[in-house]
Amino acid sequence: MQLAPWWLGHSSVEISGALTRGVAGDYSCREGAHCRTHRAARMETRLLNDLKKLLGADMVLHRPEELLLYEYDGSVETARPSCVVFPQTKAHVVGIVELANRYKTPIVGRGAGTGLSGGALARHGGIVIGFSRMNRILEVDAENQRAVVQPGVVNAELSAAAAPLGLYYAPDPSSQKACTIGGNVSENSGGPHTLVYGVTTNHVLSLEVVLPTGELIRLGSAAVDSPGYDLPGLFVGSEGTLALVTEITVRLMRLPETTKTLLAIFDTLDDTTETVAAITSGGITPAACEMLDGWTLRAVEAYVHAGFPLDSAAVLLIDIDGTREAAESQAEEVAEVCRQHHAREVRVARDARERDLLWKGRKNAFGAVGRFSTTYYVQDGVIPRTKLPQTLRRITEISEKYGFQIGNIFHAGDGNLHPLILFDARDEKQLRGAVAAADEIIEFCVQMGGAITGEHGVGMEKDRLMPLIFGEADLEVMRRIRDAFNPTGLLNPEKILPLRKGCGEIYARPLPAAGAAPA
Amino acid sequence: MSLASKTISSRLPDIVGAAHVINDPAQLAFYEVDGKKPGAAVRPCSREEIAEIVKFAAAENLAVIPTGARTKLGMGLPPRRYDVALDMTRLDRVIAYDPADLTLSVEAGHSLSKLLGVLGDHRQFLPLLVPYFSRTTVGGTIAAGVDSPLRQYYGTARDFVLGMEYVTGEGVLAKSGGRVVKNVSGYDLHKLMIGSLGTLGVIVSVNFKTFPSALGSRGFVATFENAEGALGMREHVARSALTPLTMEILSPGVAALFTGDAAARIGSGAMAPHVLSAKHWAFTSGYAGSGKVLARYEADYRRMAEELGAVNATVLDDNTRPPAFSRKREFIPIALSASPATTIMKISVLPALMKGALAEAQRAAESNSLEWAAMARGIGVIYVALLPRDRDEQSRARVANATNEILAAAAKLDGHGTIPWAPPEWKSALKIWGLDRGDFAQMQKVKKVFDPHGIMAPGRFVGGI
Repeated sequence: MQLAPWWLGHSSVEISGALTRGVAGDYSCREGAHCRTHRAARMETRLLNDLKKLLGADMVLHRPEELLLYEYDGSVETARPSCVVFPQTKAHVVGIVELANRYKTPIVGRGAGTGLSGGALARHGGIVIGFSRMNRILEVDAENQRAVVQPGVVNAELSAAAAPLGLYYAPDPSSQKACTIGGNVSENSGGPHTLVYGVTTNHVLSLEVVLPTGELIRLGSAAVDSPGYDLPGLFVGSEGTLALVTEITVRLMRLPETTKTLLAIFDTLDDTTETVAAITSGGITPAACEMLDGWTLRAVEAYVHAGFPLDSAAVLLIDIDGTREAAESQAEEVAEVCRQHHAREVRVARDARERDLLWKGRKNAFGAVGRFSTTYYVQDGVIPRTKLPQTLRRITEISEKYGFQIGNIFHAGDGNLHPLILFDARDEKQLRGAVAAADEIIEFCVQMGGAITGEHGVGMEKDRLMPLIFGEADLEVMRRIRDAFNPTGLLNPEKILPLRKGCGEIYARPLPAAGAAPA
Repeated sequence: MSLASKTISSRLPDIVGAAHVINDPAQLAFYEVDGKKPGAAVRPCSREEIAEIVKFAAAENLAVIPTGARTKLGMGLPPRRYDVALDMTRLDRVIAYDPADLTLSVEAGHSLSKLLGVLGDHRQFLPLLVPYFSRTTVGGTIAAGVDSPLRQYYGTARDFVLGMEYVTGEGVLAKSGGRVVKNVSGYDLHKLMIGSLGTLGVIVSVNFKTFPSALGSRGFVATFENAEGALGMREHVARSALTPLTMEILSPGVAALFTGDAAARIGSGAMAPHVLSAKHWAFTSGYAGSGKVLARYEADYRRMAEELGAVNATVLDDNTRPPAFSRKREFIPIALSASPATTIMKISVLPALMKGALAEAQRAAESNSLEWAAMARGIGVIYVALLPRDRDEQSRARVANATNEILAAAAKLDGHGTIPWAPPEWKSALKIWGLDRGDFAQMQKVKKVFDPHGIMAPGRFVGGI
């Protein structure tokens, strides 16, 4: 798998242990976590047999060496499931949920495992449902610009299937060659080209889901404005805590007539970040506006040879699309804004080959960085775009304070930062330092009026950071919504929402208490 | 004075001051919802006061309906009970506006048109050209979930509301989302509030993504002998590289509505003659951009219209566009004042199936001897106005027949429909929220979380929620 965790085999136990201690210290309380882990580890043979009967023996993995890969996603977290199963039909999914209820075992949905916040990890063991066998594009309706897909369809494959009809699926996470639409729906994924066209939630019309009770229901409809509360709006981005998605109806966009790709090259970071605010506030919304700082673009250039200038402080990679007339005049306007803000040079990609090469550099950046460091920690913060200059300066200070190289490659146009903190996970002190540096960056984002995650999700990485932006009352309403749909905590337990303060309350709602009577 | 009224008049003045509690029956008539008058109206000026009021109402089991400019209180089913009108119009402040970041946070009681004035000073706007535009509030617009012609390009509120602060039915002040344009921190609970008609809680403030204003805009209207021509234009545009801001198909009946007295009162200025015709279907579209872009749209539109055999094609400029397009924005109030018993349906189908849905609507209206007019948005939403001459038993029976037929036709086309506007005394005979849905039980779960005591606008929503 192309985007399998590249640090597989590097001290994974240490990472897991340290992060669990440092990050989720809340559960170290008495026998809590241990007890749950053990309970999950004592997966009953009967459940495995029932799962094999339902799905076939080769669709159920349970031997330790088979489970190893499923301990990981793209984040620095790890957690081992009790078993991994691969349904091929929605009836299989319903059957698995019924078994999970009967055996009181948690369930965690998983697409391609490229997530960056631990959303697809079985935090407390249990069944991981891999959706890779439910990977059919059921319908592409060109006339109505809709597609119906199973959750395991790979993001880029949907756009590839729609391309001959002049259409594409707009949300394009950097992992789009591997990540699945089901995973995108769970995380409400973004990507570089969501600046003008919106993120996953803006493109999902309807979902078919299996609730933790085993009910198969449809939310929303292919026709817009389904009467009633916006349930698809609630379920998209709920990180697998409310339901398992078995079918998705999405909106497709018409491929633009013209796309202009600009590379603006700067000698200072401040000029670059000020240009971003000037472009967005100046009346043009580019299709994408990405920033790569000097260190990152040098790392990328050594790997991809995209033609990034090695001696610059930063570049902006900007796409402008639309009709010929609109794209051409807007590209000229954007180039002028860049020059006014002291861009050393503004290059325009001459053809599709040049354009693809620049974007290949952007989309393979994380892989390129992997060549320079044994481990990196990708952060995901979001700030108002006007606060980019001081935030980038603060990240430089934090980098110096902790002594880590921090690369910046991110969706500048929507203020969505991705600092890459380079460290050696084999050194526990470094790991703690990296987490502390990341926390300091996120805290600064919040001070700037931002949020703790722009597109990677909260998962098990940032549940403890939720109180930075939400009060107890805000979190309590969210908890009640989760508990209304997932009353026994069967689905993806202990994600998104921090546990209530105090041990007593933690155990007032035991997890995984699947099958217990709703509170 | 009822017991509820006594309880209300003893406690509410403590919270907001006596000057902001209305007990006078004449004034309370302004807060009527489908003929039901509240026991009191209260005008809070802060989120804390709202929380106090709702907490008190929850403790006393008083039913609360939040109100703004009171333009859309007739939507949905009649409330089962109604004790307190929560008038939000004193919460009318802009909390934060960062033009360079294109984000805005505003209190729910703020006038929408005034807000667009503030944004206009910075050459920005919100794509909410909604009915009752000059009067409506931000909160009322969001809570009613009414759409705007601009949704063709910009989407609906769910696509540009970034976050919200609200008071739940238990009087708890809570928020979700944030003030940044991209954010996946926690559940998007604010999406549930959009279109919820006040049944989940009180929207206190809304955070929006704002948009830069276009350099220049034009409108285009082409008329056709039949619906196929006008719908054909939509299909041609959908297959082209053009991305217009608005796209509507108007039935022949719309011409009479838009040139009538009501339209002259509600729309701005007189509409240019011959733009619409009472005999023809019309395709209308708005687009924006530089001079070159506008020229491209005009050339492409004229070519498409000619290919499809248009009777007439007109380009609307800065003088002729506002009267025509403000009427399109105000289709609902114009239609409501055109008959003593106007009933308006909202039908959604896949865009390519609009032809069938419009044909069924026409057939159902005409076979029940009802005047009718329809405005169909390019993305697959059709507003069908049924315009009986009288508000009598016979008309009610005809409207009930016609709406049932149209709802069934929409369902057959894998679509759905509702009846957002109808005479209150007819509502029990009409399927206001359309046909039964499979996800109703899930909506009840949501309602129970936000409003466990069932005091927020009880009864107005889907399935009597």
